[in-house]
Amino acid sequence: MTQVKKITTPLDDHQVIQLKAGDSVLITGYIYTGRDAAHKRLIELLKKNQELPLDLKGQVIYYVGPAPAKPGYPCGSAGPTTSYRMDPYTPPLLEKGLKGMIGKGTRSQEVIESMKKNKAVYLGAVGGAAALIARRIKKSEVVAYPDLGAEAIHRYYVEDFPAIVVIDAQGNNLYETEPPKYKK
Amino acid sequence: MREINTTQIKDQIKELFLKANYHIDQELRQRLEEALSEETSSIGKSVLQMIIENNKIASKEEIAICQDTGLAVVFVELGQQVCIVGGDFTEAVNQGVKEAYEEGYLRKSVVDDPVFERKNTKTNTPAIIYTEIVPGDKIKFTVMPKGFGSENMSALAMLTPADGAAGIINFIVKTVEKAGPNPCPPTIIGVGIGGTAEQAMVIAKKAIARKIGTPNPNERYAAMEKEALEKINNLGIGPAGLGGRTTTLAVHIDYLPTHIAGMPVAVNVCCHAARHAEGIL
Repeated sequence: MTQVKKITTPLDDHQVIQLKAGDSVLITGYIYTGRDAAHKRLIELLKKNQELPLDLKGQVIYYVGPAPAKPGYPCGSAGPTTSYRMDPYTPPLLEKGLKGMIGKGTRSQEVIESMKKNKAVYLGAVGGAAALIARRIKKSEVVAYPDLGAEAIHRYYVEDFPAIVVIDAQGNNLYETEPPKYKK
Repeated sequence: MREINTTQIKDQIKELFLKANYHIDQELRQRLEEALSEETSSIGKSVLQMIIENNKIASKEEIAICQDTGLAVVFVELGQQVCIVGGDFTEAVNQGVKEAYEEGYLRKSVVDDPVFERKNTKTNTPAIIYTEIVPGDKIKFTVMPKGFGSENMSALAMLTPADGAAGIINFIVKTVEKAGPNPCPPTIIGVGIGGTAEQAMVIAKKAIARKIGTPNPNERYAAMEKEALEKINNLGIGPAGLGGRTTTLAVHIDYLPTHIAGMPVAVNVCCHAARHAEGIL
């Protein structure tokens, strides 16, 4: 197991380049949530050359639609959703300065090329580890599209959010490199 | 005739969905521990540790194991000597789902129109209800909150009789290979063989709810389960798809009589959070 790297958001090019596929990271700072419906709206705004409801420069988007919070909890269970559904929307957001994405599962070649070009990193969180991850989310507020409910864009303050660098800014991809080592 | 009131049905459904969404059953917890001890990949081990820890937190605090609390699938085995009184059966099931998801802080994931509006129904209903009439004077419910990360990886093949067991195993393994990291491995694979196209998928889904580690009672099908599991785990996909020996925890096959010209095979994929609960009224 490689060492655990602590990173804080927002991210700059220098931090991103230091992150290598296979690194375990603990993220502290603000991150934004977004999944299918919110991505669709962001892209529609970009197509119309309109302002986005958040500045993506240096930011990290977590692909999640959380469960409702129980009273006394900042947020309900909040594990990653499958990332490929966001692939068609992702390159334009990377062009806008998005530096990191947290999700699970494969990404398209277009996304990976755009990550290399724009220096961004794709982090994998453990799908289904939603109750465990929720404990690392200390604050949650809706910043855009409240009508979307669980799919609204939330801003989370996270402490030591556990993730693994799956695809780094050089395009190294754990989903390509790791399974063959265990293939029989 | 034995009378069962719809209020009892509603309460039972509510209780079962809460239970299923908070607590992984004993057999699956044990299987995950075994997988941890067998896993050779260090990333794979740490992923399994997180899953095991997650399930403990969810159970202790009674919060959702996974934020995707799924579509509400309900299998009903209705005894033919039962008389349902007090209201509409389907409405009672949906009301039970609604109350569980509202009061239990579970995510509502149902959209009304799949193509155009995609507006959330905000109740996690309608439930998906399969009813079978059986002898007796009881009702048995098997509820499965079914997440869509894994559901999206499911597949159907209308194979030919000549494809045989080898063709079926090949299709199962290819389906899991294609899914890669997306369905939250380690998965549980439900397989339905025979019947018609839609029947095959229904029994595949129901097979997921079988107690993990219980093979098909027909030894030839049990042998297929074992062979498919071994071949899948030889793919190396591993926990979370990050490499390792544990891609799938179990393959459960069920089968039905079918047409002389066909051999439908349905593969229904379920994530490691294979949630289900049973109750009898």
